[in-house]
Amino acid sequence: MTAPYLELVCPAGTPASLRAAIDAGADTIYCGYRDCTNARNYPGLNFDQDEMIEGVRYAHERGRKVLIAINTFPRAGDEKPWHQAIDNAAAAKADAIIMADIGVLDYATKHHPSVRRHLSVQASAANALSIAFYRERFDVKRVVLPRVLSIEDVAALIKQTKMETEVFAFGSVGPMSEGRCFLSSYMTGLSPTSEGVCAPASHVAYKECGDCMKSCLGDVTLNQFAKDEPAPYPTPCKGRYVTQGQASYLFEEPIGLNAIDILPQLKAAGVTALKIEGRQRSKAYVAQVVGAFRKALDALAQGSTESFAGDLKSIAEGGRETFGAYKKGWR
Amino acid sequence: MKKTPRLTLGPLFFHWPADKRRDFYFRIADEAAIDCVYLGEVVCSKREVFFEDMLFPIAERLRKAGKEVVLSTLALVTSDREMKAIKDRVKAGFLIEANDVACLQALAGKPHVIGPFINVFNESARDFLIRGNATRIVLPVEIPAQSIGIIAGKTETEIQVFGRQPLSVAMRCYSARAHGRHKDGCQFVCGRHPDGLTADTVDGQPILTVNGTQTLSHGYAVLLRDLATLQKMGVTHFRLSPQDVDMVEVARIYRAVLDGQAEVEESEKKLRKLTGDIPYVNGFLHGREGLAWVEDRI
Repeated sequence: MTAPYLELVCPAGTPASLRAAIDAGADTIYCGYRDCTNARNYPGLNFDQDEMIEGVRYAHERGRKVLIAINTFPRAGDEKPWHQAIDNAAAAKADAIIMADIGVLDYATKHHPSVRRHLSVQASAANALSIAFYRERFDVKRVVLPRVLSIEDVAALIKQTKMETEVFAFGSVGPMSEGRCFLSSYMTGLSPTSEGVCAPASHVAYKECGDCMKSCLGDVTLNQFAKDEPAPYPTPCKGRYVTQGQASYLFEEPIGLNAIDILPQLKAAGVTALKIEGRQRSKAYVAQVVGAFRKALDALAQGSTESFAGDLKSIAEGGRETFGAYKKGWR
Repeated sequence: MKKTPRLTLGPLFFHWPADKRRDFYFRIADEAAIDCVYLGEVVCSKREVFFEDMLFPIAERLRKAGKEVVLSTLALVTSDREMKAIKDRVKAGFLIEANDVACLQALAGKPHVIGPFINVFNESARDFLIRGNATRIVLPVEIPAQSIGIIAGKTETEIQVFGRQPLSVAMRCYSARAHGRHKDGCQFVCGRHPDGLTADTVDGQPILTVNGTQTLSHGYAVLLRDLATLQKMGVTHFRLSPQDVDMVEVARIYRAVLDGQAEVEESEKKLRKLTGDIPYVNGFLHGREGLAWVEDRI
């Protein structure tokens, strides 16, 4: 089963990034509202309703789509912001809403049945039964697959479910099952699930200790490095820990995911859409990544196998890249 | 009429040798003041083969001792074999604790328990799941008391009140990685760490516990001082998560506090003697960082 076209789904943390991504060749943009309803709730990012309406208009005029991520888990007794966001997304004429919480999905299904629903990676649906659950209960049309699956897993899942899938192609390697990782809140008290913040900058500190530097999240030291070494951002799953006297990147190294050289395999697996991560990134970053993937996809459509990896080497996380879980052996 | 609070024993997260498991559960059956026991492998399906034969005899022994038996399922399901295992368990007639949404699909409306690995953070999610015939909901460890107060009360509600808190689940095996191996050739090194493998920060602070594909807190969650308040909020079931300590004695301490037969302060001192120098945590309950210990009661 080969998908006829790989849709390029690109991040926009700001209206300027949205326009930049579209101009660089994105087929689809995903973005969120400026509050706790989306999983990238960082200062200075995201859209208010006027910006969203304008962004959707900009995209639609150019034949592109906008997906709105409302993909955190509402806190008990405070579900209103999520319901408001769903209502706003419908009013803004979003092409789909990306959700994870069962309660939020239920609300959207009941109140806006005609708005297309996508299942967020935060729902961690990594098997055919889970996908069937969300399809039957909420008529979900697309699933964003967790970053823990190999290409073989992805292909088998698509074959079994015949579901439209979106997979991560560029950004970070998330070793943990998304939406169910409490490591950041364990260290900071702020939750990726409810507040949409993982390793928030407000809790990050770089400290000098003699000849070296330490990077900390909350009161927890997550790494130590020489002053002239690059300092990776202290995310709990990319920290250096000591087990049995040996320091190592126990969960994952500070390394970026880049699937640009395995696009033919992803296409052959039957993937519908490729997701570029980076709503928290700059407009220039977004334009560069989107541009490189556009070139690669256009070349692929014409049967070329030219590599475009070089275009992205300099901007990958930690300056290094991996195929992540897509390749066997990662586990 | 107020219901008697139920003390439960959560699924064993660690890879204990078969004999040790059997002896553990037989002793729980014979001696522990526990009302309900969750069996089954939650972390890694590769381990199941070691335990499969014992499941029915252990379940039988526990039932004969008057304990409810619930079968917990994997927290992250990816393979066809794992999906089939879930379907088989459902068919075998066990009450199931669903830890992956896959399980809800397989249950097709049969009464079940929602495990802590399915996110229930609000009343809408709760209500949807109750409509799907969830009869008990075990809330995620991250949930603060404020939310528990809103969610509990409508159906049986369970909270983990003792033991390391599960913080994440993955496909990758970190026990294997820590031993320089891959998941496919792990040789079950996780079995060398019956209470999990401690991960320290680079400056020597024990911070996390690694157990196969699972990551847990280093500290034990101890919510003894808040049991009475949680009960008032509508929590009906109180979960002890098995650690490599005298769990029968742990159960005795919690039972006495739940029944109003023992003072909290005295009980915490007794518990401390059982658990050595492992720190206690209760931060999540207070809406704080999970690794924190807050002296105040909620």
